[in-house]
Amino acid sequence: MPGDTLSLGGRAARRALLPVVGREAVGPYTLLRLERGELEPGIPGQFFMLEAPGRLLPRPMSLCQAPPGELSFLIDPVGPGTRALCDLHPGDAIRVLGPLGHGFDVAVERPLLVAGGIGIAPMPYLASLLGEPPTLLGFRTEHHAVAARFLPGAEVVVEPRLVTELIPEDPGDVLACGPERMLEAVRMLVPAAQLAWEAPMACGYGACYGCVVEVDGHYVRLCVEGPVLREAA
Amino acid sequence: MIPILNASGCLDALTAPGVAAQLDAFVTKTVTPLPRDGNPPPRIAETAHGMLNSIGLQNPGIDAFLRDHLPTLEEIGVPIWVSVGGFSADDYAHVCGLLDRCDAVATVELNLSCPNVEEAPETSAELVGASRRVTSKPLYAKLSPATSDVAETARAVAGAGADGLSLVNTIRGLELDTATLRPKLARGPGGYSGPALRPIALACVYACARSVDLPIVGMGGVVSGSDALDLVAAGASAVALGTILFSDPWAPTRVREELDAAVRSQGVASASEIRGAAHESTSPAIASTGLTTPKALQML
Repeated sequence: MPGDTLSLGGRAARRALLPVVGREAVGPYTLLRLERGELEPGIPGQFFMLEAPGRLLPRPMSLCQAPPGELSFLIDPVGPGTRALCDLHPGDAIRVLGPLGHGFDVAVERPLLVAGGIGIAPMPYLASLLGEPPTLLGFRTEHHAVAARFLPGAEVVVEPRLVTELIPEDPGDVLACGPERMLEAVRMLVPAAQLAWEAPMACGYGACYGCVVEVDGHYVRLCVEGPVLREAA
Repeated sequence: MIPILNASGCLDALTAPGVAAQLDAFVTKTVTPLPRDGNPPPRIAETAHGMLNSIGLQNPGIDAFLRDHLPTLEEIGVPIWVSVGGFSADDYAHVCGLLDRCDAVATVELNLSCPNVEEAPETSAELVGASRRVTSKPLYAKLSPATSDVAETARAVAGAGADGLSLVNTIRGLELDTATLRPKLARGPGGYSGPALRPIALACVYACARSVDLPIVGMGGVVSGSDALDLVAAGASAVALGTILFSDPWAPTRVREELDAAVRSQGVASASEIRGAAHESTSPAIASTGLTTPKALQML
C-alpha cells in the first residue's frame, strides 16, 4: 500500500492490512481479534475504520481490548457490514485505518464507567488504562449480558432495570457509552459526563459530513469532534 | 497526463490535507451565499451497490469561506476549484463575483444539480450566464445525470459561456429500512453514488463529448485506474474521485498509478491518445493491426 500514514482529522492515522487472529462469540456479539501490525491502539473511545468484506464502505469500531500484538473489536451483527466482519476467520485479513477521532479524557480523578448494550465495546480497554474503576453495565437480556465477562468487577443489570438506576448521587467522573436514549439519560443525571456517541459514518475522517450530531444548535461531525463529547465547561 | 480531482463534497481538505495533496486540483464542498447547517441526520446509508447521501450543502457561507478556509486551503499547494451553489441566479452571481477577485481560486464549478436541496427556478444555462457575467475565472458546469438528454443541457450551458463540464452529480435514490419500511435517511431520498453510478456517468460523458467541444471532468463510481480510463475513452479530459475516497484515502495516488499502467497496457504513450477512443469505430488495438472494421467483425 502506498505511504501508509496520513494526517486525518488533525492527527496521524495509519492504515494496515491486519490478519485475523481469532473470533469468539460473546453472547450475541463477536469479539474479532486482529494482529496489531503497525497500528497504535490510540486512546480509549477513539475508533478504527474496518474494511467490511464485500461492502462498499468500511465500518467504524472502537477498540475493545489491546493485548500485546493484537487489537480486538466487539461487534454487534446488526447489518450486512457488521455481519461480514463477524464472519471473518483466522487466515482472512482486512484493511484497518486508525486510530481516528477524539477518545475519552482519561486524566480523571474518580472514574465511573457506564455502558449499555454494545456500548460496552470501548470499556475493557478504558478500564485497563484507568486501573479497573467502578463500572455499571446494562443489557437487554441475560444473553447480551454475557459480554459483562470483560469487566469482572462490574455491577450488571438486565432490562427492565436500567443502568442509569445504578448511578449514585455523587457519581464522580462519568465516562459512558451506549444507545442514544441511555446517553441522554446519563447527561440529564450527570451533565459533565463524557459520552461516546455513535453515528453511521462513510469515511471516519471528516470527508463525507454524514455522521453529524447536533451540538449547541449546529451540526458537527462526530468523527472529527467526537465520538466522545462532553458539555462545554 | 490526466488530472485527478475529487468530486465536490467528498473531501474536506482542512481535515484531510494529506488526501488533498495527492490531487491535481482540490474541489471544495459547495459554498453558498449564507451559512447552511445542512439536512438532519441520518444523512447517509449504504446500499447494495452504492451509497445515498443527503448532506444538504452544509457549508460556512462564502464570507467565512473566504476569510477562514481559503487561506489554509492555499497552503496545501494544489490548485483550488470552488464549487458554488445557491437558490437563485442572484445567489450564484453573488458568490462568483466574490471569487473572481481571489487569486487563490483557479476554477469555479457551478453546482447546478444538487439532488438534496430546493433548486433555483432558473435554468442551468441562465445560472451559467449569470455567473459568466461576473467572473472571468474558468467556469465548469456540474450537471445531473437525471435528464432525458444531458447533451442538450451541455449545449445550453456551453452557449451560456461555460468553459467546461463536470459530469456527473449523484442521481436521486431511496432506501428503506427493512424493519420499519421507512426511509433510512431523515429527508427521505438522497443522492446515489458509488459503483452503481459508473455506467450512467460514462453514458453522460459519452453523450456530451459528442455534442460539445468542452473539456470534461468525468466522475461517478470510479474505483480503479481502469474505471478512470473508461471515462477518458468516453471523452473526459480529467477524472474526479468521490465515494471511493471514503473507503480509501490513498485512492488518488493509487488510481493515478493504475491509470498510468492501464494506459501503457493500451500500447500508447499517454492517456491523451486514448481520449475519445470510445467514439472511434475500432479500438486502437484492432486499428493498429491494420484490419478493417468488417474483417475485425468477421473475426468475432
